[in-house]
Amino acid sequence: MAERTYLEAIREGIWEEMERDADVFMLGEDIGEYGGAFKVSAGMLEHFGERRIIDTPLAENAFLGAAIGAAIMGLRPIVELQFADFITTAYDQIVNYAAKARYRWGAGVPMVIRGPSGGGVHGGPFHSNNPEMPFVHTPGLKVVVPASAYDAKGLIKAAIRDPDPVLFFEHKLLYRRIKEEIPAGDYVVPLGQARVARAGRDVSIITYGAMVFVALEAAEALAKEGIDAEVIDLRCLVPLDEAAVLASVRKTSRVILLHEDTLQGGFAGELAGRIAEKAFESLDAPVMRIASPDCPVPFSAPLEEAFLPNAKDVIEAARSLKAY
Amino acid sequence: MSAITSELGGRMLYSMKMMREMEHRIEKLYRQGKIVGGVFFGRGQEAISTGSSILTEAEDAVCPCHRDLAAFLIRGMEPWVIFAHYMARRDGPTRGRDGNTHMGSLKHGIISYISSMAAIVPVANGVAFSFQYRKQPNVVLCYFGDGATSRGEWHEAMNYGAVFKLPIVYICNNNKYAYSTPTERQMAVAHITDRASGYGMPLQRVDGNNVLAVHEATKEAIARARSGGGPTLIECETFRMSGHSAHDGAEYVPKELFEEWAGKCPIARFEKVLQERGLLSAEEIARMYARIAEEIEEAVRRAEESPFPDAGDLLDGVFADSAAKKSHAAGSRAEGN
Repeated sequence: MAERTYLEAIREGIWEEMERDADVFMLGEDIGEYGGAFKVSAGMLEHFGERRIIDTPLAENAFLGAAIGAAIMGLRPIVELQFADFITTAYDQIVNYAAKARYRWGAGVPMVIRGPSGGGVHGGPFHSNNPEMPFVHTPGLKVVVPASAYDAKGLIKAAIRDPDPVLFFEHKLLYRRIKEEIPAGDYVVPLGQARVARAGRDVSIITYGAMVFVALEAAEALAKEGIDAEVIDLRCLVPLDEAAVLASVRKTSRVILLHEDTLQGGFAGELAGRIAEKAFESLDAPVMRIASPDCPVPFSAPLEEAFLPNAKDVIEAARSLKAY
Repeated sequence: MSAITSELGGRMLYSMKMMREMEHRIEKLYRQGKIVGGVFFGRGQEAISTGSSILTEAEDAVCPCHRDLAAFLIRGMEPWVIFAHYMARRDGPTRGRDGNTHMGSLKHGIISYISSMAAIVPVANGVAFSFQYRKQPNVVLCYFGDGATSRGEWHEAMNYGAVFKLPIVYICNNNKYAYSTPTERQMAVAHITDRASGYGMPLQRVDGNNVLAVHEATKEAIARARSGGGPTLIECETFRMSGHSAHDGAEYVPKELFEEWAGKCPIARFEKVLQERGLLSAEEIARMYARIAEEIEEAVRRAEESPFPDAGDLLDGVFADSAAKKSHAAGSRAEGN
């Protein structure tokens, strides 16, 4: 075991995979000598050389596309987006090329597209987004959203070994705030397996990413009021561990769906639909969604604080569900 | 003009004529309702994919677009498989999942383009990168039209290929129209090569209706790419002797332009060259064309025997593993709720 931050865990996972498989390489902006905007690739250029740690021009279409072509030929590219927000500039490559190639002509695209997402660091409207939903909605893509250092390492390894394109949305707020003892060597967290972050009987809080910590904070407070909340960390949105979601709903009969992404068209809607279809008879109260309001992520602290869901929102929702 | 053998000349003529006649047959099948959806032709542009692709070696790769049918043929994709693909049958390279010239086949070194023009260019760079990464002495030929060169993806990719000195040859079919938009509405410069002049790679403009000119330019570009000299852009001046697709009568194209370019037909011109140089006789050409006609009818017959895809395979291939596929597709309808 070794103590690692969330960021170090990602670096360690990539590092070990690059040691294991000579076909794995990473490309992106400023990832070489500079080590990446958040220093995820610090030290990698010195160790792996510029053949495998590749600084690219500022051109997401060009390097996303190049990664796709390399993946079709059997290499295992990892693309670093400097900020996940910039993924929009390469949307066509991802949803029209990478996502459809296997289905159309049997060409697998084993690549990972990773980058920092999420708010809470006063990054403003272009450095704080949670851009997962367009990709959740695109058949052929997998979407991973780690919340712990253990998972960050195990999931990045699973993503790199996966035969299909995987979007790996790291949460920048967690990079250096989360520190855990994690296994030093090789382990994998399989894609599509949710985790019970806290077991409880009274209400299920189903969430992912940085909101796992908001849910846990709320659960601690709720425990003092005699409300025993269960927190489910989805880890992956695609493939989704639907069985884990339904099992928790059937256990508690009360559900809060929580995410940092904005409400309309957010993942909570997808979960609510599945719960309504498959666990309707288990519900004792309406399904509640807590998400950021439908507004760009604002810059100024009071605005951003008002924007992001917090423990108080969750506590109030849990109380109302309990009282329903 | 480069010397060629009668064997190579024969292969070039065969490829161009096969492309021309297959496209005629495809159009007929389309009019008969046996092919549905978009149908695109490279009529008048056969010299471009022929003169270049014929230079590729087994482990090289091509990224043909919708007016480059000869590249598919030269890489070994059989005519009946192409007809089966057009007719949405199971034996096409996409098993009915995609149509027209969206055909990819890794065993043939054919990387499929997609409908958003120029999206293939960054991907082609990645294929070239894989050769560079693995220290393989191979090259990619990447094709696109004049319209594609207005896309940001194209500009990003040209710059990227030059920066990394990728082993790739960019081949532009400048056929003067992108759907109904003439090149003067596409760009304020005269040539595609002008657009690329800021990217730091050799640029060449050739008569795209002269198969030997395309061949010679591509040969030089491939040699440069194989020896680590990086990419080249070849602009092939040509003309689209059809509408954008089979449903388009191209009324927006001045008639005189069609008449002018009809006199520059790459096939008729090459027939003449072959005969003048004593490489093929008129009789040999006639026999070749008769053989092509027979081969096409046999290919169509075989393609029509190919079954349509089974609707039960609808979800097959969304992901590599069925477990993820099932989870992804799970909805009320899929689960029978």
